[in-house]
Amino acid sequence: MATECPLLRMTGVSKRYPGVVALDGVDLEVRKGEVHILLGENGAGKSTLMKILAGAVRRDEGTIEIDGVPLDEPGPRAAQAAGVSIIYQEFNLIPHLTVAENIFLGRERGLGFPGVIDQGWIFREAERRLTDLGVAIDARAVVDDLGVAEQQMVEVAKALSIDAKVLVMDEPTSALTDKEIVRLFSVIRGLQARGVAVIYISHRMEELFQIGDRVTVLRDGRLIGTRTIRDTTMDGLIQMMVGRDLTEKFPKRAVTPGEELLKVEGLARRGVLHDISFTLRRGEVVGLAGLMGSGRTELARAIFGADPIDAGSIRIRGREVKIDSPRAAIHAGVGFLTEDRKRQGLVLALSVTENVCLANVNRMATAGCMHLAQEESAAQRYITDLRIKTPGAAQRVMNLSGGNQQKVVLAKWLCRETEILLFDEPTRGIDVGSKVEIYQLINRLAAEGKAILMISSELPEILGMSDRILVMNRGRIAGEFQAAAATQESLLQCALASSHP
Amino acid sequence: MKIPPVIASHARQFGTLLVFMVLCVVLTVLTPHFLTVSNLLNVAQQTSINAVIAVGLTYVIISAGIDLSVGSIVAFSGVVMAGALQAGWPVAAAVLTGLAVGTGCGIVNGLLIAFGRLPPFIATLGMMSVARGLGLLHTDGRPVSGFGDAFRWLANGEVVGVPVPVLIMLGVYAAAHFVLRRTKFGRYVFAIGGNEEASLLSGVPVAAYKVAVYAVSGLLAALGSVLLTARLNSAQPIAGINYELDAIAATVIGGTSLMGGQGSVIGTLIGALIMGVLRNGLNLLGVSSFFQQVVIGAVIIAAVLLDTVFKRQKR
Repeated sequence: MATECPLLRMTGVSKRYPGVVALDGVDLEVRKGEVHILLGENGAGKSTLMKILAGAVRRDEGTIEIDGVPLDEPGPRAAQAAGVSIIYQEFNLIPHLTVAENIFLGRERGLGFPGVIDQGWIFREAERRLTDLGVAIDARAVVDDLGVAEQQMVEVAKALSIDAKVLVMDEPTSALTDKEIVRLFSVIRGLQARGVAVIYISHRMEELFQIGDRVTVLRDGRLIGTRTIRDTTMDGLIQMMVGRDLTEKFPKRAVTPGEELLKVEGLARRGVLHDISFTLRRGEVVGLAGLMGSGRTELARAIFGADPIDAGSIRIRGREVKIDSPRAAIHAGVGFLTEDRKRQGLVLALSVTENVCLANVNRMATAGCMHLAQEESAAQRYITDLRIKTPGAAQRVMNLSGGNQQKVVLAKWLCRETEILLFDEPTRGIDVGSKVEIYQLINRLAAEGKAILMISSELPEILGMSDRILVMNRGRIAGEFQAAAATQESLLQCALASSHP
Repeated sequence: MKIPPVIASHARQFGTLLVFMVLCVVLTVLTPHFLTVSNLLNVAQQTSINAVIAVGLTYVIISAGIDLSVGSIVAFSGVVMAGALQAGWPVAAAVLTGLAVGTGCGIVNGLLIAFGRLPPFIATLGMMSVARGLGLLHTDGRPVSGFGDAFRWLANGEVVGVPVPVLIMLGVYAAAHFVLRRTKFGRYVFAIGGNEEASLLSGVPVAAYKVAVYAVSGLLAALGSVLLTARLNSAQPIAGINYELDAIAATVIGGTSLMGGQGSVIGTLIGALIMGVLRNGLNLLGVSSFFQQVVIGAVIIAAVLLDTVFKRQKR
């Protein structure tokens, strides 16, 4: 159980980047054996604070004490030696090495001959630690062959193998199934009992109440407050995060669906999609629900021409179109907001302007020459219109927070005047405040006459946002619901139903 | 301290420029022969060949590729052009033929990479050998020498006192800079190098532009070959060995990232000038050509090392 003595004490930590104050005099106290939630919108400074703790980023001001010993020496090694271990959202595992080799990477024990590794010791020790954690993973398995949840456990084992006193977990559940989350939580409780302090970052509010002891909220680089979880409510926390009341999480709107913009008939891709037919009307938001692996993203990719199809037709505005590449899809008026913004949506090294105009270069150029002023003004328009937080249009996208990066992707398609928008998990990894902004944008786009297909794993989001809901199950459309008539239970039932009873 | 955005975004080029200027000052102090009009024009002329080829490499490297075949393309396109000249073709026709050969080799590279999905390293390594072999076959291994004055004017001629190769180099750089910064082609080169998948999903015709990038590299290698052949008054099937390495070096010294997505041709020009001035200066100082190689290698490493140290500081 949590005791009162602080194990970690960060005082007055500040960090400035050119044009941005990332952290402004933040204090954080974490006790032995507690799970301390760090909460804040994207760009609030959570990641920067944790990178400073881990020694990956230098602080401008402030002190860090662990067990009363000041941590002054910069760099990750000093932080590690002081007992800080961090598990980033993107794992740092070497894919083609074994679990055991990964756990002890950089801390191998020698056999006596210089440079020769004691493999036996590594495997025995790794097995012991995995057993301690209560997870059944073969220490000799190659990491690349493991699922995401298992890789996560390897990360935990690796983090603990340095005898960490403070373990930071950044969005540990974002890629896990419910069952895997339960297992992760039981591992975390085990750590707690051993006196490890866990700092836990997550956007999934319901999790916080399950696993957290105390919560610290940051906003715009400043400390808003630290509370005991038992004494807070979800609404209270949201208010602390965004600084305003969010009464309407899913803003309502009246729709009168117009003409048919997209009609998919008998679409198939061998082994992935089977006989898919549906329509999208102007002004309509259609939710696409289903389990992971049910073919939702694959369907969007097929419509967008990113994957080839084996059968079926796609009609846009009543005319049959042959979509064999993303280029053809864009030409026909389809835009795709991918799930993985950084890998598939943005060119991180390019500026906001260049990303916004990327799908629209043809219309921004005469005889191949770009109209830089026209591009810049388009970017400025979307920065204002979508409230993209950036020091300027020339800023590189890599320096923006997740929610703002998502807005840049959206701006890219709006700039192209795309009428059919495929959103794949539009709010994944985005904080509560930005989520509502994205919802409002989606509603606005629908009201402006766009047709929207929204893939989401969050059923409340599907129910709150959609006019109609399609449920996918093993590559087929297993059901269609009017949003008013659907419930979480009915959608789930449809998504889980086995086709061969 | 507030740094103006123009300088901040070109900080790497300013660093390279600083190195270049320091080098010039040092050589001016060390030898009276360095800072003379004729020597500087000489340096510019000697640099022009590497500088022109390096522009193509810069495009390729920004697109996150590599082209090892440019040295062999110099030889192959050179002997084909020389053969045409000796067969009595008009200079323009012969030169265009040479440029077409280089462009063709580049297009083959591009097709193998974009549609055959070969890694650029492998495709252009193959072309390096193929083009070299074709050049040797074409002349049966012999050099082709002796051309008319009209052709040799491309190397020896002057326009208002400036050597023609220098003018060609400056023209290539002005055009290449404009294309990279102000045109659709340039934008797509950065986008493809920065994130190929996102570019594809944004409707960028990635494959076609990749082919175009390698075609440009082949074309500029052939242009370099025109300058070389005119200067030597001879085309040799064994010409251009290690030219690809010089061009890569100029590009990298100029701050273009081998990871792709970032870079500039202005940096490459300065990079090529640094290499040219260094060679010239060491010659003037009477340093042995063996030791020159050591110095130039060290400078390449030092330039990139400085860059990484500088980047680490900024973090």
